[in-house]
Amino acid sequence: MAPTQSPQSLTEDKIKLLEGKALDIRRSIIESLIEAKSGHTAGPLDMADIFAYLYFHALKHDPKKPDWEYRDRLVLSNGHICPVLYATMAHAGYFPVSELMTLRKLGSRLQGHPHREWLPGLETSSGPLGCGLSQAVGMAIADRMDNGRSSSKQFYCLTGDGELDEGNNWEAIMLASKEKLQNLTVIVDRNNIQIDGFTEDIMPLNPLADKWRAFNWHVQEIDGHNFRDIDRAVGEAKAVFDKPSVIIAYTIPSKGIPAFERQFEWHGKPPTTPEEIDAARKALREVRTFGGRVKAPDHD
Amino acid sequence: MLNPDLKLNAKLFDKDVDQQPIRKGFGEGLVLAADANKQVIGICADLTESTHMLAFRKKYPERFLEMGVAEQNLAAAASGMAAMGKIPFITSYAMFSPGRNWEQIRTTIAYNNQPVKIAGSHAGISVGPDGGTHQAIEDIAILRVIPRMVVISPCDANEARKATIAAAKTVSPTYIRLAREKTPVITTDDTPFEIGKAQIFFAPPEKKYAKGERGTKYDAAIIATGALLHKALAVAQDLSSKGKSVAVMNLATIKPLDEEAVIRLAHDAGAIVTVEEHQIHGGMGSAVAECLAANHPVPIEFIGVKDLFGQSGKPDELVEHYGMGEMHIRETVQKVMVRK
Repeated sequence: MAPTQSPQSLTEDKIKLLEGKALDIRRSIIESLIEAKSGHTAGPLDMADIFAYLYFHALKHDPKKPDWEYRDRLVLSNGHICPVLYATMAHAGYFPVSELMTLRKLGSRLQGHPHREWLPGLETSSGPLGCGLSQAVGMAIADRMDNGRSSSKQFYCLTGDGELDEGNNWEAIMLASKEKLQNLTVIVDRNNIQIDGFTEDIMPLNPLADKWRAFNWHVQEIDGHNFRDIDRAVGEAKAVFDKPSVIIAYTIPSKGIPAFERQFEWHGKPPTTPEEIDAARKALREVRTFGGRVKAPDHD
Repeated sequence: MLNPDLKLNAKLFDKDVDQQPIRKGFGEGLVLAADANKQVIGICADLTESTHMLAFRKKYPERFLEMGVAEQNLAAAASGMAAMGKIPFITSYAMFSPGRNWEQIRTTIAYNNQPVKIAGSHAGISVGPDGGTHQAIEDIAILRVIPRMVVISPCDANEARKATIAAAKTVSPTYIRLAREKTPVITTDDTPFEIGKAQIFFAPPEKKYAKGERGTKYDAAIIATGALLHKALAVAQDLSSKGKSVAVMNLATIKPLDEEAVIRLAHDAGAIVTVEEHQIHGGMGSAVAECLAANHPVPIEFIGVKDLFGQSGKPDELVEHYGMGEMHIRETVQKVMVRK
């Protein structure tokens, strides 16, 4: 199928803005993790570009009206990367950025894994892996019962790659293709790591794209740090009519902090030593992208 | 005597008492609930006929979703549908839902606070010849331990119908326990039902005491849930004819527990026997014991499966084999009276 342009145009200026947002998000992730002294680093950092793209460009949503009926739905299945969700939501205006410093603390709305009831704007509670996609599929089916195939809503589900070990995902993958949920887009964070090591050592997923194709999904593979790639894939996913879409987004774990990048050890811990904290803060003064280097704004 | 206020089946103790499967009442109730509210939907994991969701599917095909043999997806997708405003009823055998998909139920339904209604059919040991793999005798325990979860175990098809209609009207995650076999119809269309309300089905004449003597109203009481309630009633009726005064409570809603009614009954009887087709560990009897230990300690004996798996056999044979027949209930009532 020929690539289809997103109906929204992604101008150079918009890309600059998204790069700035992604950087703000990464810095907030790191500061909230340093303050929390526990939590996950690699996944949140590597998904910052995709979150910036979704919340500041693609999603139909209203941070001041989080329960707006006609909003797009974004289900975060791998709830452990919630520092990126919280940071993005804060920068998008769902709640004050200062609240990010309450992450994982007693009484905080920012639970260690997302709790829908406590924080407006969350579509579901998640953390236990492998069941977010089922919920997104259920949402899309329920919406179609009410609004038919011409529903204006898009349903996004973000999953990890290690999470695809869970059998529940494949039950949901079968159901989505059976129901031909064309307004459902899954974005897989293909960072190749999970807690115990590299995904291909723990439980090989490859050929991952072929697996999804075999389940009758529309499959795209992209550079998860390239806004043009992300935009083109999301646009194409929306244009596909008779199938659900998956975007396998290749990302670099801990993207933005070279000292932590590509190391599965950073899956589930925050920077804690003075050296680690220093390395993280320094690196985020300047963030790398596939397209070259982007100057960080002079925040600090 | 049977509580006249509850308009129970007058032929309850007859040999030819009408018998209906409890699951059938669920199927009827689901259609009625769907008639009343278009947000009621049905999802089934490849057991549409035997869980009695078929009538709903025929009447409302556009509100039915066939899930295939995938109980984890059944629970989690239902949560997503509830998030969009639906009242999903999900069905399978209790062994698989809530058996296999417990964590999805806990996280995506209960923690997420979505109004999914879980109907677990073929619960209990009386599933019979299918054997131990298919006999869900742990389901009450694993669901009543989940915060927010409402747990209902109807005693007959009529009560299952009413429980289904009532569950569709609440926003609570709810488990409705259903059984496969035909069992005696105890209640009637006119018997009142309310989630969370225990009912005294059998209230014998109160004991008489000589001047200056004091004692409890009854010799003992049985608290039963599910189809075994019929056996409990038969035992109480029999003992009553022999001069023993034994009350019987139908505890259809196991959670939230009607603590006031349970405590009052313990006060009136001074000794309790609980009866359920479930493991003793963690079941309805445990819920009663937790309540009474904290509020009004009295001797309690438990009828149920004693930390064993089931096996193939005829339903009645199995109930007897695992110590839940009338003889066992009678002996246990006599035992608990001695402990008073």
